[in-house]
Amino acid sequence: MNDGYFGEFGGRFVPELLMPPLLEVEAAMRDILPAPDFQEELGGLLHDYAGRETPLTHCPALSGELGFDLWLKREDLLHTGAHKINNTLGQALLARRMGKRALIAETGAGQHGVATAAAAARLGLDCAVYMGAEDVERQSANVRRMRLLGAEVHAVESGSRTLKDAINAALREWIARQEDTHYCFGTAAGPHPFPLLVREFQSVIGRETRAQMLGHAGRLPSAVVACVGGGSNAIGMFHPFVADAGVRLVGVEAGGSGEPGCLNCASINRGRPGVLHGSRSLLLQTEDGQIEPSGSISAGLDYPGVGPEHAFLRQTGRARYDIITDAEALDALGRLCRAEGILPALESSHALAWVFAHAGEFAPGDQVVVNLSGRGDKDMDIIEAALAAGEAQHAHA
Amino acid sequence: MHTLEAKIRAANAAGRPALIPFLTAHFPDRAAFWTAFDELDGGADIIEIGVPFSDPVADGPVVEDASRRVLAAGFHLGDLLAELAARRERRAGSAGLVLMGYLNPFLSHGLERLAEEAAAAGVSGCIIPDLPHEEADPARAALGARGIALIPLVGPNTGEERMTLCADGAQGYVYVVSVMGVTGERAALAPRVAETMARARRAVRLPLALGFGLGRPEQLAELPPEARPDAVVFGSALLRHLDAGGSAADFLRRWR
Repeated sequence: MNDGYFGEFGGRFVPELLMPPLLEVEAAMRDILPAPDFQEELGGLLHDYAGRETPLTHCPALSGELGFDLWLKREDLLHTGAHKINNTLGQALLARRMGKRALIAETGAGQHGVATAAAAARLGLDCAVYMGAEDVERQSANVRRMRLLGAEVHAVESGSRTLKDAINAALREWIARQEDTHYCFGTAAGPHPFPLLVREFQSVIGRETRAQMLGHAGRLPSAVVACVGGGSNAIGMFHPFVADAGVRLVGVEAGGSGEPGCLNCASINRGRPGVLHGSRSLLLQTEDGQIEPSGSISAGLDYPGVGPEHAFLRQTGRARYDIITDAEALDALGRLCRAEGILPALESSHALAWVFAHAGEFAPGDQVVVNLSGRGDKDMDIIEAALAAGEAQHAHA
Repeated sequence: MHTLEAKIRAANAAGRPALIPFLTAHFPDRAAFWTAFDELDGGADIIEIGVPFSDPVADGPVVEDASRRVLAAGFHLGDLLAELAARRERRAGSAGLVLMGYLNPFLSHGLERLAEEAAAAGVSGCIIPDLPHEEADPARAALGARGIALIPLVGPNTGEERMTLCADGAQGYVYVVSVMGVTGERAALAPRVAETMARARRAVRLPLALGFGLGRPEQLAELPPEARPDAVVFGSALLRHLDAGGSAADFLRRWR
C-alpha cells in the first residue's frame, strides 16, 4: 500500500475527528482484506449473489459499421444494475468483519445507494443513504428501491443539493457514528484509503476483461474506454492494464450541453488542483477556491471533482481524458439500443459515444473495449424527456 | 510565548477563561460584521474569523448557512484581508485574531501569500479544520515563517499519544472539540468532555480552548474544576444572535 498519494494527488484532508476511523479502515484493508477466507467469501458473493463474472460481449453490427472490433464489458448485467455492487459488497463484508453494525453512504444517481442498501440487507447491516434533495427528485425510482431494501434515505437540502453535498452530509454523520458504522464510500475518490479500497474492489472489472480478451482474441485490447465521474468504474477497468503500455486507457468526462460556459463535470479537462472531500485532485472551482456546481444529463457523472489517481494518470500521460456532451451520449445510447439490443446507462453512453466520435483513430483488427458500467432502465424518464425536447427543437428548426 | 498563548494566560491570570467568539466573515452583512467585530475587539481575548467555503464538512447548519449567504453576497478572502489591514491602526481593541477556514480557499489564495497578507492584517493564528497533522507541514511552514500559529484540533476520539503528536511544535493554543459531531450549540455538554479535557491536559502544555457545542456560559459549570478549559469558543449561538439583530456586546456580556 502507498502513503495515500498518487504523485501530488490524493492524501487525507479531513477533520481530526475522522482520522481514527480512516486509520481503522486502513488497518482493516491491510489485515483483513488480503486474508484467504475474506477473499473466498467476497468471491462467493460476487459470483453467486452479484452475478460475476460478467460477459465481454462482442458487437457484430457496430463492429461492421466502425471497421474495428467493439466489445462491451457487461457490468450492466450485475445485480442492482451497475458496477457499484462490486465495491459495496466488498466494503460491507469488510465492515462486518471490522465489527460494524451499520453502513452509511452517499449517492448521486442512486446506483451506489441501491447497491449499498442491497449489500447491507444481504449482510445484515443497517443502512442510511445521504442523497442531494435535487437528486431525490430526479431519481425517485432509486429512492423507492433503497427504501424497499430497508435503507433510510436522507434528502440533503444544503449547498447545491446534489452529490457533493450528500458526501458532506455523510462525512458529518460518520463523525458522529464512527464507533459502530462504516462509511461505504462510492467512488475512487475521498480521503485515503478510499481511492485504493474502491480500486481494489473494482479492479475485478479489468482483471476479467484482460482474461476474456486474451481468450476471445488471443491478445490484449487496443484500448479500454470508460466514463469518469468520480472514476470508480474507470479505475477498475484501467488498473489491471496500467503496466501494459500497448493498451490505451481512455477516460470520458461529461461535458453537459456543450455550450460555452455550460455546467459540466469535466474536472480533469477544465479543473485545476485543489482539495475537496478529503483528497487533493482536479476540481471545478472558482478563482477563490469555492467549488462550482457541476451538471450533466447523467446524474452518476455529476460531480465537480475526480478521483486522485485519474488526475495522476492524466498528469503522467498514461491515460487520456476527453469530453462527451449530453447529446452525443444520448445518440450513442440510441445507436446501441438499435444495433445490439442493449440499453446502456447514460453514464456508460458517454464512453460509447467517445468510440463513435474517435472511430477514425482505430484500424481494422483493433480491439476496443467499452466498460458498460450500468444499464439504462433507471434513466428512462430522463431519456424520454431529452428525446422529446430534441424532437421539439428539431421540429421548431 | 506566542501572542495567542499570552492573551489566554492573561485572562486566566485575571481568574477567568479567555473568551474566543467566532464570527463568519461579513455575516450577516459587511457593515453588521464590522460593527460586531469592533464590539468584540474591546471585550474578547481572541476573535476567530470564519472564512466561508462552499463545502464546510466540519460545520453544522448555522455556520454552513452563514457561509452560504456570505458567499452568495460575493465574499472574497482578499477583501477581508485588505479590510483587516486597513483597520489595523484604528482597532477598537486588541483581541488576537485567528482565521478559521477550510484548506481549499487558502490553497487558491496561495499559502505564502496568505501568510504574508494575514500577518500584515494583524492575524496571529489559523485554524484549518480539514488539515490533519499528517498533511499540515506545508501550511505550518508557510504560516510559521510569518509568526502565524497553526492551531491544532483534537477531540473525544483523539488518543493521548495522538494529542501529543498533534500538539508537537504547535503554538498559541490547542482547540479541543467537545463533541463527536459538527459545530453548533448543544443543550448539554457531552459526558465525555471531562475525560477529553483531562487527556488533553496530560498531553498538551499549551492552553486548551474548548469549542463546538457551547451555547451558554453556565455549561462550563457542569465540568469538574480540573476539566475546565483555559479558553472557550462560541460561534453558532453568537451567529444566531447577530442574525436576529442582537448586538455582539450584549452577547459577550453574558460570558464575562
